[in-house]
Amino acid sequence: MRLPRANAWGAAQACASALLAGFLLVPVAALVLTLRWAEFRDGLRNPLLLPALRLSLFTTSSSLFLVVVLGSLLAWRIARNPGRASRWMETITQLPAVIPPAVAGVGLLLAFGRRGLFGGWLAAHGIAPAFTTPAVVMAEAFVSAPFFVQAAIAAFRRVDENLLVVARTLGASPFRTFLRVGLPLAAPGLVAGGAMSWARSLGEFGATLLFAGNLTGRTQTLPLAVYTAMESDLRAAQALALVMVAVAFALLFVLRRMAPGGVLPAAEARGA
Amino acid sequence: MLEVRVARRIGTLDLAIDLSLDRETVLVAGPNGSGKSTLLRLLLGVLRPDAGRIAVDGTVLFEERRLAYVPQDYALFPHLDVLGNAMFGLSGLDRRERVRRATAWLDRLGAGHLLRRSPSALSGGERQRVALARALVRTPRALLLDEPFASLDPIARHKLRASLSGWLREWRLPALIVSHDPADAVLADRVAVVERGRIVQQGTLDELRGAPASDFVAGLSGTVQAMPERAP
Repeated sequence: MRLPRANAWGAAQACASALLAGFLLVPVAALVLTLRWAEFRDGLRNPLLLPALRLSLFTTSSSLFLVVVLGSLLAWRIARNPGRASRWMETITQLPAVIPPAVAGVGLLLAFGRRGLFGGWLAAHGIAPAFTTPAVVMAEAFVSAPFFVQAAIAAFRRVDENLLVVARTLGASPFRTFLRVGLPLAAPGLVAGGAMSWARSLGEFGATLLFAGNLTGRTQTLPLAVYTAMESDLRAAQALALVMVAVAFALLFVLRRMAPGGVLPAAEARGA
Repeated sequence: MLEVRVARRIGTLDLAIDLSLDRETVLVAGPNGSGKSTLLRLLLGVLRPDAGRIAVDGTVLFEERRLAYVPQDYALFPHLDVLGNAMFGLSGLDRRERVRRATAWLDRLGAGHLLRRSPSALSGGERQRVALARALVRTPRALLLDEPFASLDPIARHKLRASLSGWLREWRLPALIVSHDPADAVLADRVAVVERGRIVQQGTLDELRGAPASDFVAGLSGTVQAMPERAP
């Protein structure tokens, strides 16, 4: 078989790149380009916007907090104790990434809903999370945890074992070793994982709709508000969508700045 | 006084070492795979012995080892500067006292001018000085050095071997150096040769030269040039 000529191969790469990059860029550009300024201003006055924005910021920061705190400890454990138990644990934490969000919503309902697996027990203790703000946080934490945990395990595995042994010989407790050596050295990876996880929970739609519903001010996050606005007014939905894109970019920018890349040379942080 | 009596089976290696160090420097030498690094891991508490005990001044060591350790690549914390590294082992003291003690040791080892430098900006020799200072600020009861010069170029190796030799004589604390480089024998009061998990011969360099018990010992008592793979 004859190999394609070098210039044909080059052309194929250029075509594929242009096609895919264009396909990915056009919808985002369309959001901006097809809306007049006056329509955008009117959209911002839509009564759905403020409660949804406030709720989204509150629930995504809550779920991010939960995922980062619990996820860091879990990832440290998995990274430092290789073995069968760790491999199982790692697989379990990756499950939500392959489950469709709507299925996750059904699962959450069947677990924590009033007639769910733990619903009766929770209700007996005065807790009924389904269709409340905590349900939104739970749905977001469920779908976004794999992104953080995966990045955190990789970041902790790159921390040189020798440094941890030295820290222990210098009298540091296992916890202090984690805090003073493990965390700072893995920080760039943890921040990147946190950003991915946060972006995933900001966009969360299916699991939230099924497990938490779509109640303005209580469970209606930005994606749900966009969906609700679509039913009556495409332009309003578009304005809300643009606000969401802006919030996402702003927070990603802040997270990037927070990453201690300035303190630590990037090559060193990612390399050995 | 550091007393080591440990046994551990790991893979094909059957390690059984009995060694005690008074205020002296002992070089543990042996070919690759002889059990040197396993012995070190047992001393550091990273690996548990199947049997035996490790004691300093009569106190048996468990999890908290209180041994100063300088690994082969010096393992300075890359996110801390030189002073931060040297202060790491000093907790429970106020900051001024920690700075004072760390600076005093860095000065003593000729690294006092490097306080605010990042480890990545240091030469191999400077790194070793900082790692030694970091280990010694805690006034340890014993010192473990793993291949102290393996990651240095020949000139730095020669200079630092002379400095370290002087320091060890000055500190007079039990020091165990693990090395496969025969030239490191000049640092030690005594050499213990480990092969296949056992100490096959022990004594001063002269004693070993007089009656080498194995090919490795014979090579050890020769010059650096007699070992082709170690020639610079």
